[in-house]
Amino acid sequence: MNEGRTPPRRIDADAIPRLKPHVRLQFSEARSAWIVQAPERVLMPDDIALAVLQRCDGVASVAAIVTALASAYDAPPSEVEGDVVELLQDLAEKGIIADARD
Amino acid sequence: MPEIEAPLAILAELTHRCPLQCPYCSNPLELERARQELETDEWLRILDEAAALGVLQVHFSGGEPMARRDLEALVAHAAAVGLYTNLITSGVMLDDRRAAALAAAGLDHVQISFQDVDDAEGDRIAGYKDAQRQKREAARRVRGAGLPLTVNAVVHRQNLARLAEMIELAVELDAARIEVAHVQYYGWALRNRAALLPSRAQLDAATAIVEEARERLRGRLVIDYVVPDYHAALPKACMGGWGRRFLNVTPSGHVLPCHAAETLPGFDFPSVREASLAAIWRSSDAFNRFRGTSWMQEPCRNCERREIDWGGCRCQAFALTGDINATDPVCGKVADRTILEAAVRESAAPPPPLIYRRIGGEQPVRPATVVPTAG
Repeated sequence: MNEGRTPPRRIDADAIPRLKPHVRLQFSEARSAWIVQAPERVLMPDDIALAVLQRCDGVASVAAIVTALASAYDAPPSEVEGDVVELLQDLAEKGIIADARD
Repeated sequence: MPEIEAPLAILAELTHRCPLQCPYCSNPLELERARQELETDEWLRILDEAAALGVLQVHFSGGEPMARRDLEALVAHAAAVGLYTNLITSGVMLDDRRAAALAAAGLDHVQISFQDVDDAEGDRIAGYKDAQRQKREAARRVRGAGLPLTVNAVVHRQNLARLAEMIELAVELDAARIEVAHVQYYGWALRNRAALLPSRAQLDAATAIVEEARERLRGRLVIDYVVPDYHAALPKACMGGWGRRFLNVTPSGHVLPCHAAETLPGFDFPSVREASLAAIWRSSDAFNRFRGTSWMQEPCRNCERREIDWGGCRCQAFALTGDINATDPVCGKVADRTILEAAVRESAAPPPPLIYRRIGGEQPVRPATVVPTAG
């Protein structure tokens, strides 16, 4: 794993997203909400982002996550894929997730 | 009164002791002594109360927090109660043994400040021999212990020429993030403002370097950028708004809405020795005084940005205008620009000698008296 030196691949259907080390999803009792803890920042994911993040296990591919979400939310996979890729690319650039293939 | 949400983070200033003497230290001019510091069991209770209040992250800071030998115990306790733990350090006390102990205690992240890339210049600003080399070693130990690293590059007129190399240093040290932090002018930094505030041209050059590096290093290095207020058109939303997200506990246990709040007159800041963190957060005068928007005067009161920048910074408003309720003078809606213009003019003159941070080494200066136009 070389997180600093080589440009990571862009997130695509074959990417295998995982939370980066020392990033964690945590339930805040005080807020009754899931939050993402990361170095010197906290993210408050909406329902869709949370559903995606809970599937970023370093095993499932983006394509598999899209299939699962399309089924769970009864939505067309083609629409779901665009949203999921865009969300994960943004989270990758913020240092929240990485592609397990990198 | 608006609904009071749970705070996101607590800045735990464990001590004001520090081997370094940086002339822009964010600690107050009147530093607290070791004998005033909270005991270990008092900090343990604060961490319990913070977690119960809904705090998500604890930043262990100082002074140099590693000067406290109970740091590892505090980190372990914070981790056990579910807090995300961050160590803000100079790095000069971070040897192999303590790096391993902190990682084993459950530390989540380390931020190391850098004064420069040049060894001689870094050591000169820190007022500490061999600081720069020891910081690089500390950064390698942090990564070697498997911990994520942020490089905090503190920038000002005397080191901005080397900003590009500072960003490269962060890449070389395998940091995931660099905070390019222009000095904020409070406390010691305000005392040294004429020696540190960059010119507009220096700032513009620095911003261009940051923008280029962000694009080039996208996905490899997160670059956060904090600009110096004096050149900004809009005030910063200081602390995300007074009493909205953060609380700060000083070495002796006073609880502040921000680390500089003790410069403000007319406050009796509550102590963790006298009240719970929850009571202080929700009910104290200190936290309620500037909460929300009802305290604001014009031009804030009817401004469309009043719930974006929250009136700017109270400490800066007082330091520069002498009026604790004033709109932050950085705001472009404030008609009188003479205070900021005078400060920016200083940046064109040769820098005066630095006044180093020392316990008892500098008489406290009333903030308003250091501003030429306010004297």
